[in-house]
Amino acid sequence: MTDHALQLKSIQYRQKLLRYITEAGAGHTGGSLSCVDILNVLYNRIMNVSPDNFDQPDRDRYIQSKGHSVEALYVVLADQGFYPEAELETLCRYQSPFVGHPTRKVPGIEMNTGALGHGLPICVGLALAAKLDGARHRIFTLLGDGELAEGSNWEAAMSAAHYELDNLTAILDHNTLQITGHTHDVCSNEPVDEKFASFGWYVVSVDGHDLAALTEVLSAKPAAGKPTMVIANTVKGRGVSFMENVVSWHHGVPSPEQYEIAQAELTQAESTLLGQLN
Amino acid sequence: MSAPAPSLFSPAAQDVISRLGLKKGRANLEEFASTLQELAEQDRQILAVTSDSRGSGKLGPFGKALPQQIVEVGIAEQNLVGITAGLAAGEKKSFGVSPACFLTARALEQIKNDVCYSDVPATLIGISAGVSYGALGSTHHSLHDLAALRAIANITILVPADNFETREAIRAAASASHPVYVRFGKAVMFNLHTPATKFEVGKAIKLREGTDVAFIGTGETVIHCLLAAEKLSQEGIQSQVVSMHTIKPLDANAILEAGRECRAVVTVEEHSVHGGLGEACAGVLMQAGVAVPLRIVGFPDEDTVTGSQADIFRHYGVSMEGLAKTALELLENSGSLA
Repeated sequence: MTDHALQLKSIQYRQKLLRYITEAGAGHTGGSLSCVDILNVLYNRIMNVSPDNFDQPDRDRYIQSKGHSVEALYVVLADQGFYPEAELETLCRYQSPFVGHPTRKVPGIEMNTGALGHGLPICVGLALAAKLDGARHRIFTLLGDGELAEGSNWEAAMSAAHYELDNLTAILDHNTLQITGHTHDVCSNEPVDEKFASFGWYVVSVDGHDLAALTEVLSAKPAAGKPTMVIANTVKGRGVSFMENVVSWHHGVPSPEQYEIAQAELTQAESTLLGQLN
Repeated sequence: MSAPAPSLFSPAAQDVISRLGLKKGRANLEEFASTLQELAEQDRQILAVTSDSRGSGKLGPFGKALPQQIVEVGIAEQNLVGITAGLAAGEKKSFGVSPACFLTARALEQIKNDVCYSDVPATLIGISAGVSYGALGSTHHSLHDLAALRAIANITILVPADNFETREAIRAAASASHPVYVRFGKAVMFNLHTPATKFEVGKAIKLREGTDVAFIGTGETVIHCLLAAEKLSQEGIQSQVVSMHTIKPLDANAILEAGRECRAVVTVEEHSVHGGLGEACAGVLMQAGVAVPLRIVGFPDEDTVTGSQADIFRHYGVSMEGLAKTALELLENSGSLA
């Protein structure tokens, strides 16, 4: 898939996730917009996982530790063919499998997440299991900035280095915002790169909205004997001008007027991109 | 020199043990460790996950014999449970082994979400449960674990009373496809069962028949129920004794049978009186309309007294003498003493 095609997907994912959040009247808008490019690259370029191999032990695994940004994941999984996209119209509705945080009721979801600080320990277990079996598949997780305050992440960070889990890649959606404000005001995690490096991880930083750069980093051969931390520098609310870097969009839901403006911006971006293609 | 650990049994209780012909086994902890090792030698997918707890879990020999099947995570219980869940999601039969006090309190959210809610086939082993750690104090006691886990959907809770029940519980856990919690202590146990006894998860085992009072015990308290029953029989009171090794799913039929057959029910557990076996039995009886005099014996809502497991048991009446007295008082107070 070309970079342009991938860029187009990113815009479409943003349009869709805004639609379903708005229709549901609930969702984590800012974080979904900040991580959707990462998910795009993971599912369309990096990971060996699909509805066809989801029951195979050697599929790549993705655990979304920052579970609240589930709307981005739901849209991407629908695009991968795990379920018809129309099912997302039930998001958060009575008896819908599409809960406001990932659950295995939804095809394509590996583990139930949502409470923060859980994904990394689970991934250490998955990566260890793969190592013990001599399997070659990779384990990915997406962490949020705010959740790094959970101590369980650092327990798992130690274990991952101790067991030399070079089949494990954690991606930090480093948008530097959380529900209360800037992470440096709430509980600073900086210098986050040095912290993980000092824990024995191979650390690489990347523009989390640059699809080509993300592809390069995520497809690179892992550093032997070290887990990888990809610090993806992102913008919370990315793609909608009035949502970018605005804390209240953490779980803000657009009004009908805001929704129209947001979709118009994304349609404009889509037209510009298609113009470049032609 | 440390003082010898006080016995869990008074001299009179030891006489009753002899009279009943009960044979001494070993600690359930040791039975667990050797059973898990036997299973793991047959099935290389079985892993023990420890939090600096292989010594306390008697898994030293396991680690030596099967170094590829033991995963050490250090003193980090949240990580232990998350990793145990991840291993299970990665097609392993993982057993997370840690003192029950830390495992089920510090890592409760991981148990709830990573294991139970995600529904992975992981087993959690709460070692040195209840007041096994005795005088080490309340930090090391787990009097909350049954209550906490009963309220979490999708986990089987097993509390074996002797070596046989421990062995069977571990075997059942190894073949389970959903979450299991097994908790036990480290005191040497007497064997309570005959070779003919069948163990089935969710089905209580009746150790003694009687229609005056029913003792429904679980785990390391069950032998004290048996001794109390024997003591009461000397006074003409016939007691039923039930080993409720499965706390969830609870054997409601066995509880109702006990409540309908007997004039009083005494539940006994190494746990807080809140939210454990006793309240579970009370709920079953009341909702079925079985109004039978009931006493819940366990540990009250207070700062637990200092002492060994034996001291604490005796203090709160978990002993042959204490349980016999409770049963008699219950029968007397309810006017049902013949």
